[in-house]
Amino acid sequence: MLLAIFGGALIGLSASLYWSLNGRIAGISGILSGALLNRGSERWLRLSFLLGLVVSGVGFASFTNRVPAPTLPLLPLAFAGLLVGFGTRMGGGCTSGHGVCGLSRLSVRSLLAVLTFMVTGALTVFVLRHVLKLWVPS
Amino acid sequence: MKGLVTALGCGLLFGVGLCLSGMTDPANIIAFLDVSGKWSPNLAGVMLGAIAVHATWLRLTARSADGTAATGVLPASGKRLDGALVGGAALFGVGWGVSGYCPGPALVALGSGAAGALVFVAAMAAGMVLREGRSAWTIKDSGRRSTSLP
Repeated sequence: MLLAIFGGALIGLSASLYWSLNGRIAGISGILSGALLNRGSERWLRLSFLLGLVVSGVGFASFTNRVPAPTLPLLPLAFAGLLVGFGTRMGGGCTSGHGVCGLSRLSVRSLLAVLTFMVTGALTVFVLRHVLKLWVPS
Repeated sequence: MKGLVTALGCGLLFGVGLCLSGMTDPANIIAFLDVSGKWSPNLAGVMLGAIAVHATWLRLTARSADGTAATGVLPASGKRLDGALVGGAALFGVGWGVSGYCPGPALVALGSGAAGALVFVAAMAAGMVLREGRSAWTIKDSGRRSTSLP
């Protein structure tokens, strides 16, 4: 739990530096969709941030077991990815944009979004794991 | 150029935080969402740590009157509570519950080189384009987002 809080603090520090040094909100879904869809110099800023994320993954995947390969079959993974991409843009943010950045500045929109995705996420896990018994604990 | 370096550093730091806190393992996310099973509070700890640091930072930098540390303003917050906000968050939550991935950890998982991570990220990108593709292509200045702020 201490490591979780410490890791979270690093995420908070990253969001803080990105705001103060780059003047932008560290919402990953916004950064990714901006890199995909918006042209101009800001695109390179976003791509740099994304590169940093992926590089950290390469490092941790090479030397630790903290970045395991997904265990879910490809079809449900693709279905979930589509929902995450579409939903985060429709709702204007994800766990970082609404969860970390939004809640930090007491945004009511973000609070509503976080409560909503936590509830539908928990319901989904409940149905998949305990009703349909599909999600087998790994 | 300096902006690119700081953005790269912020991305790295963000990813290290996700990895250290265990958020890049979908099993940990599912364990947090599984409230009727063996519940794990770790994700709440991550959020707590992140919000404690970021909220404090925002308060401190917003107060610096000379404006050297920051602009002295808080990020703009949207006010509108609407169907898109709730509907979008609801859809995201379902995808999150199915896979155990939200956008950040999914991108970090690309670093594992696993086919599943690539498929998830590709589908996620497709979902984003599907949602805001047409209008966003026409936006000239990329400094702004085409949709609402978090």
